[in-house]
Order: sequence, then C-alpha cells, then structure tokens
Amino acid sequence: MLRFLLSRVTLIVPTFMAVTLASFLLIHAVPGDPIEVRVGEHGIAPERLAMLRHQFGLDQPLWKQFLDYEAQLAHGDLGLSVVTHASVWDEFLTLFPATIELAACALIFAILVGLPLGVIAAVRRGTAFDYGLMGVSVTGASMPIFWWGLMVILVFSVALGWTPVSGRIGDMFYIEPWSGFMLIDSWYSDDKGAFKSVVQHLILPTIVLGTVPLATIARMTRSSMLEVLGEDFIRTARAKGLSPGRVVVVHALRNALIPVVTVIGLQMGGLMGGAILTETIFAWPGIGHWLVEAIQRRDYPVLQGGTLLIAVLVMAVNLGVDVTYGFLNPRIRR
Amino acid sequence: MFKKSLAGALALAGLLATGATAKTLVYCAEGSPENFNPMINTTGTTFNANRPIYNRLVEFKPGTTEVGPGLAESWDVSADGLTFTFHLRHNGKWQSNKNFKPTRGFTANDVIFSFERQWKDSNPYHKVSGGGYDYFADMSMPELLSSIDKVDDYTVRFVLKKPQAPFLANLAMDFATIQSAEYADVLMKMGKPELIDQEPIGTGPYEFVQYVRDATIRFKAFAGYWGNAPKVDTLVYSINKDPAVRLAKLRANECQISFGPLPADLPSIKADKNLALISQSGLNIGYLAFNNLKEPFTNQKVRLAINMAIDKKAILDAVYQGAGQPAKNLIPPTLWSYNNAVEDFKYDPEAAKKLLAEAGFPNGFETDLWAMPVQRPYNPDARRIGELMQADLAKVGIKTKIVSYEWGEYRKRVQNSEHGMALLGWTGDNGDPDNFFVPLAGCASARVGGGSASKWCNKEFEAIVQKAAEVTDPAERTKLYEQAQVIMHREAPFYLIAHSVVFVPMRATVKNFKLSPLGSFEFMNVDID
Repeated sequence: MLRFLLSRVTLIVPTFMAVTLASFLLIHAVPGDPIEVRVGEHGIAPERLAMLRHQFGLDQPLWKQFLDYEAQLAHGDLGLSVVTHASVWDEFLTLFPATIELAACALIFAILVGLPLGVIAAVRRGTAFDYGLMGVSVTGASMPIFWWGLMVILVFSVALGWTPVSGRIGDMFYIEPWSGFMLIDSWYSDDKGAFKSVVQHLILPTIVLGTVPLATIARMTRSSMLEVLGEDFIRTARAKGLSPGRVVVVHALRNALIPVVTVIGLQMGGLMGGAILTETIFAWPGIGHWLVEAIQRRDYPVLQGGTLLIAVLVMAVNLGVDVTYGFLNPRIRR
Repeated sequence: MFKKSLAGALALAGLLATGATAKTLVYCAEGSPENFNPMINTTGTTFNANRPIYNRLVEFKPGTTEVGPGLAESWDVSADGLTFTFHLRHNGKWQSNKNFKPTRGFTANDVIFSFERQWKDSNPYHKVSGGGYDYFADMSMPELLSSIDKVDDYTVRFVLKKPQAPFLANLAMDFATIQSAEYADVLMKMGKPELIDQEPIGTGPYEFVQYVRDATIRFKAFAGYWGNAPKVDTLVYSINKDPAVRLAKLRANECQISFGPLPADLPSIKADKNLALISQSGLNIGYLAFNNLKEPFTNQKVRLAINMAIDKKAILDAVYQGAGQPAKNLIPPTLWSYNNAVEDFKYDPEAAKKLLAEAGFPNGFETDLWAMPVQRPYNPDARRIGELMQADLAKVGIKTKIVSYEWGEYRKRVQNSEHGMALLGWTGDNGDPDNFFVPLAGCASARVGGGSASKWCNKEFEAIVQKAAEVTDPAERTKLYEQAQVIMHREAPFYLIAHSVVFVPMRATVKNFKLSPLGSFEFMNVDID
C-alpha cells in the first residue's frame, strides 16, 4: 500500500510543474496586460506605463518572469493581487470555504439522488422508469449551467417566490465570518433564522451545480449495476435464497461502486469548472467568481495562484480516489 | 470566536428590538470594489462603494454636474485664478471602528494628508496599497499644483502653476476624497498602514460595517454626520455581476435599486407596476473621428459630406436599441453649457455627393475605417456600427476597409495617427466641459502621439476653449463653450454618434433617488416606503 501511495505521490510533482507552465503560457497568450486593461480612453504617459510595468515585473522577458514566479513559488509565496494588493493566498483562504461548501453540497446531493436512481433504473431495466430516467439524465448532463441556473431562478425565485435569488445569506443577517462555512457560522450565530436563510440560499445553486454530476453518477451506477447483476455470483446469491434487497445492496452495489467512486472523484474537476459558472450566476462569493474577475482584469498573480491551488486540490482528490479505489478493490494495490 | 458571534447576535437582536422602524435599503451592485480608497482606483464600482463613507472638499450637487460645498463651506479664488482658498466646516466628525476612536474632528491636517499622500513621495502613505494614483495623474494634478498650505485649522490654500477653472471640479471627483490623518497615524503605529484602505474611516453619511468579498457591503447611518441625517439606517450593497439575476432580485424585492439592466429587459421593466425606471443620457460621447492631419479629411467639405452620408437613426435603432441618444454636440445634454441651438446634420446622401464633387472627389475615394474590438459605455458594438457606416458611405462613393486591433494596440495606433477614420469615444470625469473639449479637440493633443483621435487643431476654437479654462465666472464660461460648439459644428472634425443612456430600475417604493449625470450612485437622500 505504501509503494502504491508513493508511486502516486511522485506523479504529482511533474503534473504540478506542467500545470504552472500551462497556466502561465495561457494567461500570457491573452492580449493585454494588467496595466493596459486598466487604462481607459485617457491613455497613459509612456513613463508611467514603464514605471508600472517595472513595478509588476512585466518588463522582463517571458522566460525570466516564469522562472521568477517559480522561484517565488518555491518559497511558498503566491504573490500579491495586482488589483487589490492583498496576498493571493489570503484571498484564496477567505473565498475557498464558500466554494467548498457549495461543491460539497452539490456532490452530496448528486450522490444521494444519483446513486439510488441508478440502482433503481438498473433493477427495473427496460421499464418506463429506466427509459425516462436515462432520457432525463442525458438532458441533465448536456444542459448549459448558465441557462439552467437562470431557468431555476426564474421559476423558483421569481415566479414562485420559494427561494432567494442569489447570495449565501439574507441581507438582513450580519454574521461575523469565523470558519468561512456559512452553515457552521450561521448555526453558531444563535440566530436560527440565519441558519434557515443559509439553507434556503444553498438549495438552488446546489441543484444547479449538482445536476451534471447527478446525471453522470446515475448513468454510471446503472451501467455498472447492470454489469454486476449479470455476474455468476449474483445468480449464486439469488439461488441461495437471499432476499432481493440484500442481493442488490450488499452483493451487487458494493461491487458496482468501484467505477462509480472513480467517476465521483473525477467529478471534482468538473465541479470546480461548474462552480465558476454557478457562482457567477448566484453571486456566490467563492473562488470561481474571483477567477472570472481576475481574467477580466488580467490579474496574473491571482489567475496563476488560483489555477495552481485548484489543480493541487483536484490532484489531492484524485489521489484520495486512487487510495479509496485501492481500498475497495484489493487487486490493484499490488 | 463563539463569544464573538454571540456578541454579534446580541447586538443584532438589540438593534432589531430598538429599531422597529429601522429602514434597510439594498442596492444590487454590479461588482466588487478593489478596496476602500477612491484615490487609488479608477472604476465606478469602487467609487460607488466609497461614496457613502467619504466626503470631498467640494461636491457635485445631487443630480447635477454643478459644484457645491462639501467639507469646505466656501472658497475664494484670487483675481489671477492661481490661488484657491477653502474655508472648512467646523462640524465635520470622523467615524470610528475597533482600531480607531477619533480624538478630534475634521481639520486642515486631514486635507493636507489626503493630497500629499497622492502627490509626494515623501509621504509615508504614498506607497501604501500599491501607490498608483491614476486619477491624480490623469487630471494633471502634479503639473498643476504648486503648493498646498494650511493657513489655520480650518483654512487651506491651494496655489496653482497656471490658472485653471476646472480645477474646482477636479476637487469634487472621487480621487479627491479626504481621509483622516489621525487614523493614518494610529495605523502606522500599529504597523498596519494598509488597513486605511480596507477598513475605511470617513466623514460621510454612512459608516462602513462589513465587506464580504463578492457578496455584500454593509453600512450603517453615521450619527455624527455633519449634513442631514440619512433616511435609511442600514444600507447594503448586494453584489451580483449578472444583469438578469440583478433584475430577478429586484423583482423578488431582495433589492430595491439596481445597477444597469439589459436593454432587452427594458420593456418588461416598464410594464411592471411594482417597478420604476429612470433614465438619463450618460456623461459620454461615441464618435467617428476623422484624421484631420491626413488627406482628404483636411478638407472641410469632405468632413461635412460624411456627416450627411451616414444614417444616424439607423445606427441608434440597430445598435443602441433605445439605450442611446443621438449626439449633435461633443458634450452630452446633461452637461452645463450644452448648446441646444446647434442643429444636427440631416441624413442626405444626394447633398453629400454634391459636396464631395465640390471638394474634388466626384467619384468618392478610398480610406480605412477603424473599429475598436471592445464594448465601451458609449459604443456597444463598434464593429457593427462600422459595417453600417461602411454601407452608407459606399452609397456616396466612399469605399472603406474596416480595420481593428487589440484594444491597447488600437489606442496606441490611433494616437500615432495611423488611421483615416476611427471609432472611439470618451467618458467625462469631472463634469466640466473642458474635460471633453481639450483632450478630444484641443491643439495640444492633436499632434502625432497625442491623445486626440481627430488630430484637429483649429485656432479659433482653441482660443475660446483656452479662455474658458482660465476665467472663473460660470456664466462667462458657459457663453464661451456655447460658442465653441458652434465652431465645432461648422468645422465637423467628428461624426458624432450618440451619448449612451443610463437606466436605473428600482422598486416603486423608493423615493428621492436622483441619477447623477456623472453616472454615480448616491443613497444619502433616498427614502423607502
């Protein structure tokens, strides 16, 4: 198990390097730099432009800027935002809990709903439920998040008035952030109205962000279950007279879960991408929102640092998945 | 930590218990402020977020571009126009927070600190928060200022190097915000000078309470405010980038006033009985500039011909879709000295052809038409406008090639006079006509490498505009600028397209919200039923 872990961890270093280089090159391929983007119709005096460029190190050749950045990273320093002059790491830490909270809720929602639906569809293969569910899940997986988000807002918030339109908590609540997780902070605020408001605000973004993983998980569970349900040992279990529920849940599901866990882990990358759009629609103050703004302002340190931290996170989750996978399936540990 | 949140909850409960009639106003803002200091930022979003907190020496009267008293109750200008003496109010008070309890009110020291921070390298705060004072530089303050002196605690004297009437309007701009010198000292001693721009202390109607990045900014009415107490006790900016979502929030009454809606949503807003919509032309101008340094645009008849050959109404209908007002002067109608007597050119291709023939181009000519690659407040789609113009000009025999570059490159090349005709525009800064006429049509910026896209330098026009910058009497200045507009119309150095129209939707229960011609949002006088 240790060797397995080590081999996985050594892979992380080159991946990390590749991500830094790729994000650096992509960002610099976009025309305009942070100074030029800031200049409006006024134009800027050449001396002033040169001074500001120099201040941010933008007057250096690209390879030098990259090496300087790597050196800075090696010291654990992600730099300062060009726009707010705050440390990228601090900004990330302030905003990250919001993203995690949303992504975790979306993932839990996707698993809690997707898994049972997939199992039922597999057990009732060929029925109207199965066809209906698979049809809906294709739609769900291919729906643009932007459109879907606006639709649920228009229906549930504007037309029906059941849920708030956007934000993390009602504007009347004044919560001092402590953990950064609104569910926790509002629970301890002793104002149960605040907690309720947080939950209400979570509903729509959770559904919107959770839709794609839900559809994927449901489909994966179904096909994996179908495969397992056709195996000899299931027939044996049935022949032994085990109850159908026990056969499905204990014998089939546990084995069918292996590819599903992988898929769930892989959703993490997708969730981060989806979070960027979902956060923009629901004015959710997380890192997605932060990065979109940074692109528009060509805030290089934020973009590079943010991309890196997300990459690290996705790598960590993938590692976790690999480990879980090994745990679920002892054969691949060797 | 738990104790802290408990205290917060208790404070909130207390607030709710005592303030049964406490009013809250939520404004759906379009973005997050870069921080809480308008000196170092240039975006309207940041200015709007700071306006409840701070004051300036002089301020724009609500809903106008006229300059009135702020922290200065009155001022005198010397006969030579070089010395401005400001008499400060005695009742200005500073707000407080967990790090700062003021021991004194607002004085001349605060004025000196706030300007020296931006002006002088030697000021300990000059480099704090990045230290880029873009607007201070853009408004040529370093070149203009000779000295700023404290005469006594409540009198400050600004001496200029040359007479400059618009200087007063500059001081009403957001960058000229007054910060507390005492707060600066306290933070410097704590070793946390950067907090001055993150946990702001001002003299304005609202105190800063909390900022949750990309989510909300909270303010509460400041009891020590020197002016009339604000009508609303709690002011919240709820930040949302998406205009469709902002509108949804407004419809759900989650906010009561919202930043600009999508043009496509305007009819449904107007039809909604619960909502009100106000509009005003923005302080901007979108135009097609002729390069007056190049043939054939040196010929006045050619410029006039093009002015008659392009169908303005078609452009407004197709591209601005109701969010634009046709322009006949370089300055918008909301700006003082706007000359309404000027009559716009009629769309008349036949007359245009005749003029071209008289100018020596009976079969037209070939030239390039530059269209910028980005959307700007004054021009929602330059490419599309360029195509419409191209079609109209072809009808009178002028063949054009549409040219575009990346935005930074585009501006640089236009400055360097590489274009024949170029689409561009301007957004006003200080509500002074000088701020339009001089940078866009003044002789100083008409050289190759200068800021003007028209490269137009007309002696008669220049003399009038220069004089208007030096006299301080508003009535006289108005007359001069009106005259300047007549000359500009006669000479036609631009094809003027439109001033964009700013729309602000709000709940019907909102009272006294005044749209500023400068595009700023102010809630000081706003009330809600």
